[in-house]
Amino acid sequence: MGTKHNLRILAAVSAAGLALTACGSTGSSNSSASSSSDCVSGQTIAFLGATTGPNGALGQNMVGGIKLALDDYNKAHSDCTVAFKPFDSQGDPDQATTLATQIVGDDSIIGLVGPGFSGESLSTGKTFSAAGLPSISPSATNVTITQQGWPTWHRVIGNDSAQGAAVATYLKDTAKAKKVFVVSDDSDYGKGLAGYVKSGLGSLVAGTDSVATGQTDFSATVTAVKSSGADAMFYGGYYSEAGLLAKQLRQAGYKGLFMSGDGSEDAQFVKIAGADAAEGAILTAPAGPAPADFDAKYQAVNSSPSGLYSTQSFDATNIFLAGIDAGKTDHADMNDFIGAYTGTGVSGPIAFDENGDIKQSAIFAYKVANGKLDTENPTPIK
Amino acid sequence: MSTSETQPRGRRIPAPPARFQVPWLRTRQARLLMIAIGILLAYALPIVRPPILTTPDSDFGGVLTSMTSYALVAVGLNIVIGYAGLLDLGYVGFYAVGAYTTGVLTAQHWHWPFLLVLPVAIAVTMVTGVILGAPTLRVRGDYLAIVTLGFGEIIRITITNTPWLGGAAGIKDIPAPPSLGPDPVGVDQDGLFQIPHIAWNGLTPLIDNDHKTPFLVFGVLDAVPYYWLLLTVLLIVLVADILIKESRVGRAWEATREDEEAAELMGVPTFRYKLLAFALGAAIGGLAGSMLASGQGGFISPTSFLLLYSLLFVAAVIIGGAGNRCGAIVGGALVAYLPERFRGLSDWRLLIFGIALMVIVTFRPQGLLPPRRTRRAMKVEAEIEELEGEGVDA
Amino acid sequence: MNFAFLFNNFFELTITGLALGAIYGLVALGYTMVYGVLQLINFAHSEVFMFGTFAVAWVVVFIHGTDSATQGLGPTLGILAIAFVAACLTSAAIAALVERLAYRPLMRRGAPKLIILISAIGMSFTLAEVMGVRDKLAGWFGLQVRLADYVSQARNVYSSPITINPHGLFPIGNYRVTDVDLLIIGSAVAMMVVLDQFVRRTRLGRGIRAVAQDPESAALMGVNSTRIVQATFLIGGVMAGAAATLYMIRIGSTRQNAGFILGVKAFTAAVMGGIGNLRGALLGGLVLGVAENWGSALFGTQWKDVVAFVLLILILLVRPTGILGESLAKARV
Repeated sequence: MGTKHNLRILAAVSAAGLALTACGSTGSSNSSASSSSDCVSGQTIAFLGATTGPNGALGQNMVGGIKLALDDYNKAHSDCTVAFKPFDSQGDPDQATTLATQIVGDDSIIGLVGPGFSGESLSTGKTFSAAGLPSISPSATNVTITQQGWPTWHRVIGNDSAQGAAVATYLKDTAKAKKVFVVSDDSDYGKGLAGYVKSGLGSLVAGTDSVATGQTDFSATVTAVKSSGADAMFYGGYYSEAGLLAKQLRQAGYKGLFMSGDGSEDAQFVKIAGADAAEGAILTAPAGPAPADFDAKYQAVNSSPSGLYSTQSFDATNIFLAGIDAGKTDHADMNDFIGAYTGTGVSGPIAFDENGDIKQSAIFAYKVANGKLDTENPTPIK
Repeated sequence: MSTSETQPRGRRIPAPPARFQVPWLRTRQARLLMIAIGILLAYALPIVRPPILTTPDSDFGGVLTSMTSYALVAVGLNIVIGYAGLLDLGYVGFYAVGAYTTGVLTAQHWHWPFLLVLPVAIAVTMVTGVILGAPTLRVRGDYLAIVTLGFGEIIRITITNTPWLGGAAGIKDIPAPPSLGPDPVGVDQDGLFQIPHIAWNGLTPLIDNDHKTPFLVFGVLDAVPYYWLLLTVLLIVLVADILIKESRVGRAWEATREDEEAAELMGVPTFRYKLLAFALGAAIGGLAGSMLASGQGGFISPTSFLLLYSLLFVAAVIIGGAGNRCGAIVGGALVAYLPERFRGLSDWRLLIFGIALMVIVTFRPQGLLPPRRTRRAMKVEAEIEELEGEGVDA
Repeated sequence: MNFAFLFNNFFELTITGLALGAIYGLVALGYTMVYGVLQLINFAHSEVFMFGTFAVAWVVVFIHGTDSATQGLGPTLGILAIAFVAACLTSAAIAALVERLAYRPLMRRGAPKLIILISAIGMSFTLAEVMGVRDKLAGWFGLQVRLADYVSQARNVYSSPITINPHGLFPIGNYRVTDVDLLIIGSAVAMMVVLDQFVRRTRLGRGIRAVAQDPESAALMGVNSTRIVQATFLIGGVMAGAAATLYMIRIGSTRQNAGFILGVKAFTAAVMGGIGNLRGALLGGLVLGVAENWGSALFGTQWKDVVAFVLLILILLVRPTGILGESLAKARV
């Protein structure tokens, strides 16, 4: 009986082995011919970023912008629509690497909007570059990404060094601050931006501190800011902590200027800080004001208001769509198209330099007044 | 049998009748053959890509790499939790020490070759384990949980705030293990030969010539060689685990875990063995971390070492069956596999994962593959219940 | 090490630290009670707290609407009282749910502690995620638009529209102690005293102590251990609800993972003070809060968690059972 059993197993294994050899091979899987003369059907734009997890809100803003752009395009090109494939990395560089391999293996994907964060950009850059897949990031601002020599990596947002220098200029020239306290969070973005602000300010820095993302009580930092006698402070980080910090500063009696970067440039900042505490805050962003109807159109397609990075991802998607319209159907052509692209998006003028950075990064200062973040009349910083 | 007793001496004893023979399948040979076939299938998985198992929304090779990495971590943590009975909620700290030692020595400040760095990373992590264990293992069992959690966080926060270690930006350009094959033409090398994948059309396998894995190239486009390397490392660690568990060290751990005071009374230096468990667990964690650092992305940052992962590792070991090394592997692989297999559910993934944890643990509290002692204990309990039940009825 | 900064702002750092620590302490009471009675770490207690914070925010939105407003503590007391009740009820309900789903089935089978820990971890993930997908859950019932003020943007921060501005009352050193500080510290002490008396004098309290000391003897003496365990979780939930109200008064915003970090801190506080010891939980919380602020002042806020954990390790090395040591089982609670 044991022998019979044994034979059965050997038979099964060898049958499986034979079955594998007695098969054909797949042809090229790029069968994208269709009836229309110049429409390559099944083209897809991918997104790689955090749509769930602690930073899920930011990724969802980006997905919303992409969906809005695709909705407009597909309505106008109903016979040749472009599909969308989001890949949720939760902002984790390790998950992103596996997803990147999946993305480059999918022949229907013509381009990637993303990656969302700097960490994931650094862990996936080599993979996308080796596969030649063009990508445009709406939000990764770490300066070193474009110094890696990846010809397919682009971003539509100004990097930290540009924004940091502009913030320092604003504080020195416009706000005429005498002493500035600089705080950052523990993220790569926050530390990077705060670092550039500090070096731009030089001797004006009255003190520094570093908080953690997810922190909600800032009493020690508030005490430090007050006792340093600073008349202005800059926070490098995102709106959740920025709002709470601004609120606690005002509650403790701090009267100076509160300034933060594009990570805080979101209506949520005002909600979290409360209208009173947010009053007079200056939030910089490397993007000009979006047209007045952008939010309304956004809400019609997605069921929530637009937020940080929605306009950037909208613009990034439209660059790819313009490339598809111009008949660019393979990665190399699309990449060249992006490199040569000039145009104006809702976030401002767009053209890329040879490293993939956006050429003109005009930084704008948005002010919170009367309980609202004024997104229509920012001051450009020279 | 009575007939054999009356045989004169020197006569060979006849073979027992057929009904007493062990079926061939139960023999050691058969078991080893099964294991060998199983291992070969494991190596072949990313090439064969069987239809139901393959993850549709995520690269299967990458997912397998991640599963093997988690399985390796779970084997290491199993030594600490399962064998020695110490609840460690900061295991991700060892993972980080291994990864960062590798990153610093190969990319950040020096450029040592990977094969030299690997043993150094393991050694450094082991030393960390001893440093951590020496003061804390004297603390009561349940307090150990929060102290180890604290250590995991201390390591992560220190890395985030130390620019010399890369800080929040992380360490990039960590070189991969050395590849075999001719020099690169283009970005990735071509390797010694190419292995085509299998694509499935319904239930018919087809050879997919568009997707090939070069052997043996650790490049940026293909996760499969990394998986093979990790699997080999896991098998080596498994063999070591078996050897240690069957030795007096394993017995000392068992004694310590079941009743520490009794063990001390019997002359087992429990503190030293607990420290050894910690150090070995740390070593394996460091090894896994080192493999992570030199993985496909070549990038590590503090966000890969959150407290959340420590909790996931503990969950993996316990769901699999704490104390059973195969259980740990199954648990680790499942914890990594399930969220990836069900990516289609995107926003609901973590909710389903949480519910799955509770359900698995409620319906199978001994774990999926409980260790032999638990199975024995459960059998004894069931027998006692039966006897007591009969006693009441009768 | 910035001693000058700590010295010059000693009172401000200490009093704000005490206020923060009081919230830690109230949440720690929940951890310590469950541990004292069951010898289990209740990993899902952080979500019990988180649901309480949402209850407070939702009540404020319900009564006041979504317009932003800044008020002092006085005018807001009415809404806060209702929110407090709502938070305690919500947290108690979630705590009861945790007990029923994550603990009872396994305890009935006599499952090992590690298994119950995993069940609690799973419950913790589940509860946090339920809050994170609440917009989709509301969508199933077609209520996504009706309840938009409560459920939209589920993964984002959720803020109470009323900002409570603290009012300086009297100076200690160069710091003006505010009404919010007093309310928080006072409430925490008051609730701890109430709980203390409850455990010491009432029948249910005696039952809790009995089960903590020796569950089998307690059962022999007629104590219904299921009821006791339920009561333990419920009381922990009420404490968390109170902590949630104070947290929302002080911080004003919450999110689906707001409980996680605070839960770890609160558990650390409970261990510091002596796990199983009610007074120890509050003391541990206060010590932790002050230590975090002093640590931030000396080394920079980025190191405050490291300071907290190093302090924990030092305390445990010197006093292995925590500062106040004794457990719920002993008469002197």
